[in-house]
Amino acid sequence: MKIPIGGVCEPGTTIANKTGGWRTYRPVYDYEKCIKCKLCELLCPDMSVFPKEDGYFQFNYDYCKGCGICANECPKSAITMVLEEK
Amino acid sequence: MTPKGDLKMDKMVVVEGSYAVAHAVKVCRPNVISAYPITPQTHIVEDLAKFIADGEIQNCECINVESEFSALSALVGSSAVGARSYSATTSQGLELMHEVLFNVAGMRLPIVMTVANRAVSAPINIWNDHQDAISQRDTGWIQLYGENIQEVSDMTAQAFKIAEDKDILMPAMVCMDGFILSHVYEPLVMLEQDLTDEFLPSYEPLNILDPKKPLSFGAFADPNYYTEFRYMQQKAMTNALKKIEDAADEFYDLFGRYYGGLIDEYQTEDADIILMAMGSIIGTIKDTIDKLRQKGVKVGLLKVRAFRPFPAEAIRKAVKDAKIVVVLDKNISLGLNEGALFTETKSCLYNTSNHVPVVGYMIGHGGRDIRMSTIENIISEAQEVMKSGIKVESQFTDLREELL
Repeated sequence: MKIPIGGVCEPGTTIANKTGGWRTYRPVYDYEKCIKCKLCELLCPDMSVFPKEDGYFQFNYDYCKGCGICANECPKSAITMVLEEK
Repeated sequence: MTPKGDLKMDKMVVVEGSYAVAHAVKVCRPNVISAYPITPQTHIVEDLAKFIADGEIQNCECINVESEFSALSALVGSSAVGARSYSATTSQGLELMHEVLFNVAGMRLPIVMTVANRAVSAPINIWNDHQDAISQRDTGWIQLYGENIQEVSDMTAQAFKIAEDKDILMPAMVCMDGFILSHVYEPLVMLEQDLTDEFLPSYEPLNILDPKKPLSFGAFADPNYYTEFRYMQQKAMTNALKKIEDAADEFYDLFGRYYGGLIDEYQTEDADIILMAMGSIIGTIKDTIDKLRQKGVKVGLLKVRAFRPFPAEAIRKAVKDAKIVVVLDKNISLGLNEGALFTETKSCLYNTSNHVPVVGYMIGHGGRDIRMSTIENIISEAQEVMKSGIKVESQFTDLREELL
């Protein structure tokens, strides 16, 4: 690989960089409370929330940095941030 | 050898320096201009805004912003989509751009910016010195300094040509002394549209930011890759050394006007004393040299046009037979008690066999007038140094001790 002038590259190159390892707290859904409002998907800054076939959502833990925005904004408190432990 | 520029008298007009620069920018056919008004740069962007409003610049957008930070940030976007982009600023405005200056250079966007050099606060002062631009020397911008409005006007076209060259792709500052050049009315040949079209081809960007083909500019580089980006920027700057000379030569061939390449020399062939400086002070020094030459003082001038990239090789060659080099700086590195040109001139001679004494004077801070008598005093002190060696290496000039 040659590095490009000005650091110009096509998008998606950080797919190789699994930033989920930076996470301290992991978001976990309680599907009993979820009303499928989609706010978590819309607000996730890392596009780490994606819809499932049944209309609920799931996390991509490879890239979720555990920022907690989804849990903070969820109107039904259906997302809990759980400490990552070995 | 320096070709002698031939000014065609019938083409000369008397205009304000800022107008001459605005006209030169217009003739370079920019696509996007974004700037925030600040004294003494204001007239340049006022004139450009008027040109655009009057429909005199085709295919050009003027973006109004709320700060200098935004002005240059807007140009990061416009330059990335392939637009020839221009701004102008000075002093605190340039300092506010500091972070963006690095981004522009790192993304290799060939933006050209006029800096109407002004002192920096505090205390607040709107007059000329070089502290603003010198404080940005490590940001990766090419820095050219002009002596008079003819040179600054012509330098604008040269700056676009140098910056946009495929082997360079680095942004460029065209530095002109605030008020002394920006607000002076003097005769010049305004940059010619037909010749400029021949001199300056349209900008062909290496990459184009386009929603249809998304790209990241200035993407993340971890410790495994960052060093190489720095190396490539330095290499581009090294390439610019030759390109600055070439641009001056090509400009001379087309327009018949020449002011030096990286440097220019005046009466240096047999000179024992060589003065070095940048900007409008050059005119005063030339007049002083003419006067002292009549008295038989062997004094000459090395004018530095390009401060970045630094013309180390050209300086070494120009001072090889001098008995003393005197560097005048309109700036100071506080804590070192030296101006930047002085420090770097010493540095480029240190590992050579040329052990010519080099002394420095910091002069004209905050717009203090520089008189011929002051230059004469400096030259007579240099004669003393030639006889008895350096006593004071670097000092303030015309310090008003009664105020201290």
